[in-house]
Amino acid sequence: MNILNPADAPILGAPAPAIAFIVLFLSVACFCFVMFRRMDVLRKAAPDPRFSNIPNRLLCALMYGFGQWRQPRYLGAGVLHILLFAGFMILSLRSLTLIGRGFTPTFHLPLLTGSAAFAYDSLKDYTVIVVLAVCVIAIARRAVFHPKRYDHPGTAGHEYEAYIILGLVSALMITDMIHDGSAYRASGVSGEYQWFPAAALASVFMPRNDPATLNFLHVGGYWAHILFFFGLLNYLPVSKHFHVITAIPNVFFSNLNKGTIKPVRYGTVDWMELDQCGVSDLTGFTWKHILDFYSCADCGRCSDNCPANTVGRALSPKMISVKARDYAYEHFPVFDKTSKDSEHEKRLVGDIITEQEIWACTTCGACEAECPIFIEYIDKIVDMRRYLIDRGEVPQSLQKPLQQIKKKGNAYGAMKSKRAAWTKDLEDFQVRTLAEDEHSDLLFFVDSCGSFDPRIQEITKSFARIMARNNLDFAILGQEESDSGNEVRRLGEEGLFEQVSGRNIEAFKARNFDEIVAFDPHAFNTIKNEYPEHFNVIHSSQLIHRLLSRRTMSLNAGYLGGRVVTYHDPCYLGRHNGIYEEPRRVLKSIPGIQYQEMTRSFSRSFCCSGGGLLLWYENEEEKERMGERRVKMAMEIGAQVIVTACPFCLINIEDAIKTTGNEGKIEVIDLVELIDRSMS
Amino acid sequence: MNIIVCMKWTPDTSEADLTVSTTAKDIKKDDLDYDMNDWDRFAIEEAAQIKEKIGGKVTVISLAPEESEDMLRECLARGADEAFQIWSDQMEDGDGFTTASVLSEFIKGRPHDLILTGTLAEDDGAGQLGGMLAAMLDIPSATLVSRIEVNDQKVSFVRELEGGLYESMEMDLPCLIAVATGLNEPRFVSIRAVRKVASIEIPNLGIDDIGIDAGKVGRSGSRVEIEQVSLPPEGEGAEIIKGKAEEAAARLAEILKEKGAIG
Ligand SMILES: Cc1cc2nc3c(=O)[nH]c(=O)nc-3n(C[C@H](O)[C@H](O)[C@H](O)COP(=O)(O)OP(=O)(O)OC[C@H]3O[C@@H](n4cnc5c(N)ncnc54)[C@H](O)[C@@H]3O)c2cc1C
Ligand code: SF4
Ligand code: SF4
Repeated sequence: MNILNPADAPILGAPAPAIAFIVLFLSVACFCFVMFRRMDVLRKAAPDPRFSNIPNRLLCALMYGFGQWRQPRYLGAGVLHILLFAGFMILSLRSLTLIGRGFTPTFHLPLLTGSAAFAYDSLKDYTVIVVLAVCVIAIARRAVFHPKRYDHPGTAGHEYEAYIILGLVSALMITDMIHDGSAYRASGVSGEYQWFPAAALASVFMPRNDPATLNFLHVGGYWAHILFFFGLLNYLPVSKHFHVITAIPNVFFSNLNKGTIKPVRYGTVDWMELDQCGVSDLTGFTWKHILDFYSCADCGRCSDNCPANTVGRALSPKMISVKARDYAYEHFPVFDKTSKDSEHEKRLVGDIITEQEIWACTTCGACEAECPIFIEYIDKIVDMRRYLIDRGEVPQSLQKPLQQIKKKGNAYGAMKSKRAAWTKDLEDFQVRTLAEDEHSDLLFFVDSCGSFDPRIQEITKSFARIMARNNLDFAILGQEESDSGNEVRRLGEEGLFEQVSGRNIEAFKARNFDEIVAFDPHAFNTIKNEYPEHFNVIHSSQLIHRLLSRRTMSLNAGYLGGRVVTYHDPCYLGRHNGIYEEPRRVLKSIPGIQYQEMTRSFSRSFCCSGGGLLLWYENEEEKERMGERRVKMAMEIGAQVIVTACPFCLINIEDAIKTTGNEGKIEVIDLVELIDRSMS
Repeated sequence: MNIIVCMKWTPDTSEADLTVSTTAKDIKKDDLDYDMNDWDRFAIEEAAQIKEKIGGKVTVISLAPEESEDMLRECLARGADEAFQIWSDQMEDGDGFTTASVLSEFIKGRPHDLILTGTLAEDDGAGQLGGMLAAMLDIPSATLVSRIEVNDQKVSFVRELEGGLYESMEMDLPCLIAVATGLNEPRFVSIRAVRKVASIEIPNLGIDDIGIDAGKVGRSGSRVEIEQVSLPPEGEGAEIIKGKAEEAAARLAEILKEKGAIG
């Protein structure tokens, strides 16, 4: 029999093309209106220059957007998502074709004719089966296993959205199968099932020789498919599934400047003159940050990797996006334009996103390294902190160290004049303080921790010893050095950051040197990435690596004595600066070293609770210290020595070894100290 | 509601190596950093909070040399409406009495409902000023106050006593309250907050502006004579308890029992 084409079947007396036109017009109009309302919020938001470096951005969109590169970090869910995404790409052509067939029965997309059409139709049929299977697995996975990362603590009713969308996609697949299956049945062919498995499968359930039923299924399946398609399209921008539309643009516009915090407000010469500093409300965020909120897929990978969330602090990065998106949808609704009574309203920053959440972040970057669509959190958190700082609402535990930096240039409250006091303990050699206009090859930036913390001074001395024994020409700034400001900036005290970094820059410029070297990744990070003037700066691990490659230094295994060693990637060396290999190569050049990688390493390294001023921060909610978690992870792989390359990791982990009662079983040591003790 | 807060500019001795000056009547202060007396930080915060709640005007005064301007500016950023710096060279080497005399002369001339001071200052911890100042102004006073509520012409407050006791009281305005630390959570003052008040002028008042006799201030007006300042003699070496945490704790408990500190 010849099956009835949907375009030829009038509906309630009206010609099908007219109905198709009305459906198409209404759906697209509605979609455009909703999109306009959503994007209109971005227009009201703060500026954000994201149009630089287009080639890199395209590459990023290609690799992480279309290529889904980060998805397999969670293997099972990642593979499912890749299949679903590929299915979407393939089936989008099919949807366009079907829309056209409401107008003329023979509609096809350009080039999709003849054998190309046959090949595509076959591919599409396989895809339909795969996508339907993925939906079924995904529904079952959520319903049966309830993965914790999909939870929405504190807000109700978001879980069902996943079922709606999976249901809609399944319905699309099934209606497509009905539409094609009925035609397959009607055509009478039966030998083509290997080319059209979906249609063949559906046809099994359909009667033979019953033209009326088959025509009904064919035309009904068609219209059902069209309605589900436009239903889905219009559901996206009002749900968490907005990411289907915004994710690829979001990846395209992602932050290309690693290791930096955004300025208070882009394009403002003197931010101090602004009425408000920092972000207190939705439109205070930049348009890209609001696009982030829209784009979050609620997958929970960020929070699953967030150390603050892991140890029970109030913070879950995913929930920041979810709450902000809810707020956006509620306060910038699609239809209702009346503004709400703002006096009794909950404030976005302070009530909905609480101070506890805002201060709990260590800025470790684990969330951002994990997010498949490059949603940013650190800049947003710092922007909200800037607002709290501006209002004077700062946890008491952080006020004193901040004030000390303001008054004395260091959080320890020590007198400036004692900044170089550690040099007096060195017996075999002297450390030169670089006077103005003098030259040294290396300027050793000690920072406050290396100057004043008695434990960290040991690293300082070790590092000076390594440089002296290798006959390097190095010097320090002494009294003229101020705190690097890395944490000051991240706590949102931009004015103080400008003050301390300004002093350092002045001191740098008054002296001659080839490179700055620092063993503290925090200082390294901010001088390298954030100081407004460029200086060559390297990390101690890079300098040691250089010495080893020049073969001017050789190491022995005497100190390690056969113990199992692991390496803890400091956030500000690894994730924020991509330095993963040099420290490992240095370690592996110790003859006979027994090296074991922890499960969480490289970009998945687990933060030990943050550096700089965060050493003073007291959090009341956490049930466990992050460092304690990390010690357990090292113990799990049988490590006896944890090597790190950050003085704060060292302090945090050393404390944790004591509090977990593992003294004597495991030791933590800075890479610099280890090399000092392993030099032949 | 006119609130006047007295701020002391004290040397920070927490991280410094203290040495006695050549006259042996004081410590060497040249190398020390000075800052707001920590107790007074709570006083200015309380004043700002009272103002935010019921309105009024907060005035900050300090008898201190010019370098204290940063501290006064910080007070403006913390919520004060005006600040006065009082200093003349003759005021050098005064004591609590001369300070109180100068401050009372200044305060007498202007409206005042509530005067806030710290209970102590971190430098020599005499704790005299609040009481003396109240006496000179002939108004009631209370010290070590850990909660304040102003209503109408009265102020109710809580004092913290030894042994965890609290005492609730009430006074008529005008009065003076010397605050305890911890009665509020002082706000943070950012660089920008200070810059916002950069244009407010902080008048410097000297002896003549206050209208007080040179003989009543500084050294000549002092009633306290310091005979000698000395560092404590080096005692017997402290015992460092070594070993595992449990062992060390056990040993510590033993020592405390021996010395009768615990039963
Ligand atoms: C509960 C309690 C416990 C004590 N425990 C001890 C102890 O353990 N050991 C011990 O040795 N002593 C102790 N003392 C005694 C105490 O340290 C001293 O007796 C003394 O009370 C502190 O005086 P001060 O110099 O700080 O006060 P003042 O100098 O009188 O300062 C008090 C306040 O006056 C104002 N003020 C002062 N100078 C100025 C100025 N120039 N300009 C503007 N405002 C100013 C400020 O508001 C300041 O906070 C204790 C006292 C009390 C009440
Ligand atoms: S930066 Fe680290 S601590 Fe902060 S939200 Fe992200 S994962 Fe959590
Ligand atoms: S921010 Fe990224 S990782 Fe976190 S829930 Fe959203 S999409 Fe997932």
